[in-house]
Amino acid sequence: MRRTNRTFRLIAGLAVAVLVLGACGGNDDGDTGGTTDDAKILKIGVIAPLTGDLSALGLGIRNGVDLAIQQANEGNKIEGYKLELAAEDDTAKPDVGAQVATKLSSDDEVVAVVGTLNSSVAESVQPVLDGEGIAMVSPANTAIGLTMGADQKNPQRPHPNYFRVATTDAVQGPFAADFASKDLKATEVAIVHDNKTYGKGLTEAFAERFKANGGEVVLTETVNPGDKDFGAVVSRIRRAKPDLIYYGGEYPEASLLSSQIDAAGIDAPLMGGDGIYDDTFFETGGDGTVGDFATSVGAPLTELESAADFIEAYDAAGFDDPPSAYGGYAYDAANVIIKGLEEALGGGEGDSAADIATIRTDLIEAIQGVEIDGVTGPVAFDELGDTTTKVLTVYKVTAPRACAEEASGEEEDEDATTTTAAAGEEEDEDATTTTAASDAEAGDKPCWKPEKTGEFSGSDDEAAEGESDSSTTTAKDKSAGGAAE
Amino acid sequence: MNQFFQQFANGLVLGSTYALIALGYTMVYGIIQLINFAHGEIFMMGAFGGLATHAWIVPDGAPAALALLMVLVGAILTSVATAVLMERLAYRPLRNAPRLAPLITAIGVSIVLQEGIRLFYPGAKTARPFPRLISGENLHLGEITIARVSIVQVLTAVVLTVGLTLFIRRTRTGKAMRATAEDPQTAQLMGINVDRIIVITFVLGAALAAVAGVLQGMRFGQIDFRMGFLMGIKAFTAAVLGGIGNVAGAVLGGFMLGLVEVLATEYLPLGSAWKDVWAFVVLIGILVFRPSGLLGERVAARA
Repeated sequence: MRRTNRTFRLIAGLAVAVLVLGACGGNDDGDTGGTTDDAKILKIGVIAPLTGDLSALGLGIRNGVDLAIQQANEGNKIEGYKLELAAEDDTAKPDVGAQVATKLSSDDEVVAVVGTLNSSVAESVQPVLDGEGIAMVSPANTAIGLTMGADQKNPQRPHPNYFRVATTDAVQGPFAADFASKDLKATEVAIVHDNKTYGKGLTEAFAERFKANGGEVVLTETVNPGDKDFGAVVSRIRRAKPDLIYYGGEYPEASLLSSQIDAAGIDAPLMGGDGIYDDTFFETGGDGTVGDFATSVGAPLTELESAADFIEAYDAAGFDDPPSAYGGYAYDAANVIIKGLEEALGGGEGDSAADIATIRTDLIEAIQGVEIDGVTGPVAFDELGDTTTKVLTVYKVTAPRACAEEASGEEEDEDATTTTAAAGEEEDEDATTTTAASDAEAGDKPCWKPEKTGEFSGSDDEAAEGESDSSTTTAKDKSAGGAAE
Repeated sequence: MNQFFQQFANGLVLGSTYALIALGYTMVYGIIQLINFAHGEIFMMGAFGGLATHAWIVPDGAPAALALLMVLVGAILTSVATAVLMERLAYRPLRNAPRLAPLITAIGVSIVLQEGIRLFYPGAKTARPFPRLISGENLHLGEITIARVSIVQVLTAVVLTVGLTLFIRRTRTGKAMRATAEDPQTAQLMGINVDRIIVITFVLGAALAAVAGVLQGMRFGQIDFRMGFLMGIKAFTAAVLGGIGNVAGAVLGGFMLGLVEVLATEYLPLGSAWKDVWAFVVLIGILVFRPSGLLGERVAARA
């Protein structure tokens, strides 16, 4: 009796499993019947840290893509198809990134992915998506090797499915170095990085240029992600007496480092890349961060006319979290994909040609040629998948009072959206009170103020797209053939 | 040479946090041979309890000393409540289970607490600013610069350790704790309420961790829900280094670990990148020659 019962359960279980699997793997005709008969579902994936201490940036990315998808559906941009968002949390870890990429690539409604935030995660996501021929457009990756391969002098595009709308460290690092030597007149710099792909790469690109400008790197130190107490490193920095501390990494460690540098009585400002360009940097770092600098890709959103609509639409959409540094880039990345889909599907015979593998392949080809006017400026890709725009901006953490004046004088700063509420007149606000509990008062928060926007030009090896005889990836050869020969 | 003293001071400050947390590990291990991996989260809960007290209970404009006192009380209450609940719900039912079961449970509790704070504390998805209630100019002792809060932290660690040692040595409850650690069954036969003693042990450890959490928050001006994880692992390492189960050993181990990390950064090649490597090299080196840690008693062959 007992035995039969068990056998029966086993068979029943298997039957259910087969049914479920069958349903998942089944062809597209029947499954999406719930929505409408004529609109098929295509999904745009997002891979970004949606939890953890980088979630401020990751949630901005997800929301940016969400907004682009909503608008595309409302405008019925892709006839016969309905777009959906498939957001996955990579927790800023490469191994988790590979797992969720596998999950997305096994979903045969996913046509492309926007992501990742972290370059280190991108390294493990690229090959997974490449294997399935799924396009990946990153709003934020800046590590050079992602598009150029290991050898910068002789760039080899490792993954033909990979594009990015963010400017690379090959541009960002030297741009920051030029600002440091020419605008800040710094000659001695201490470099600190977190040993991750992004942080290390950025500081190396910075150091090379800074030395070429005649500066000297007096100290190079490493911190571990997750560490809180940088006392030992700060003491070394104090002794080295640099004019500037350049940090490669993200804001959780940067804000601690900056406030500890300040607490140790070191006057030199800290400068970092787009990884520290987030309000959390000064919200948690406090007064110690005032006067610090960050470079970020593109021009400030407030100075671009195209961005005003985005900010308005974003606010109207009622997301819980602000767009942060990459909301606009994610929005552009999603629109690149949508535009690519229009072209990939538009030329075909509509529904009959809707084999997912074909769509994916066509999409990658289409994205390579897409040109759009994004909220972050014109977006197009070179033969390596890098953005052709090389505009960057240096931002400075500005004391609350100056921020409020700024906000009342000019337009509202992108990130410090709250400052206008308390504009100008609160002069009696003491800017040097304790840093905590600043959430309540709008006017006593520092802000990022654009300091200098420029197009990076003067580079030697970065512009040289050397002829590569050894051909590893076919698409690279194909696209390079068009451009270089 | 002056760099040595500066870095030595840095190491003492770092070590004092390790020491305060390591005490909780070592006491709980001493009593019930449980490696309570959720103890780092008790430290984190204390910091958030203190922050919540400051945000919602401390009146605006309260003098810093009063605010500090209230924050400390709030932090300790939060940590103690968490630890008591944790002991009652997660560990006591497993008291007689194989030792692996409570160990895995501890890791589970750790994840529950971290995620609980991340999801339910307002704005805790990213780091939260923490009030710097002890501020003022840094103190300069010759070439050494040290923040006031850091000095308070080191002194607090020393005072609390001495207090704890006296408590364990001199009081009736302390004697009962030692008896329970020695042999729970016999202790019970002598009329000691073992369950109560175990709860008291958790309470003491939690209170120390809460103080460490508040001090760390004030020192760095920010806290986040992951702060307990790495700290817990480091403090556990310190406890093992000093000899787990031994109170003085935990403190010694804590200070030693802090000093090794800091001095490695200063003096060894690739120091700052490899400081954890050097710390573990020291740990392994000591365990090779003294398997029970610096001050460890012989490892009891209980299971």
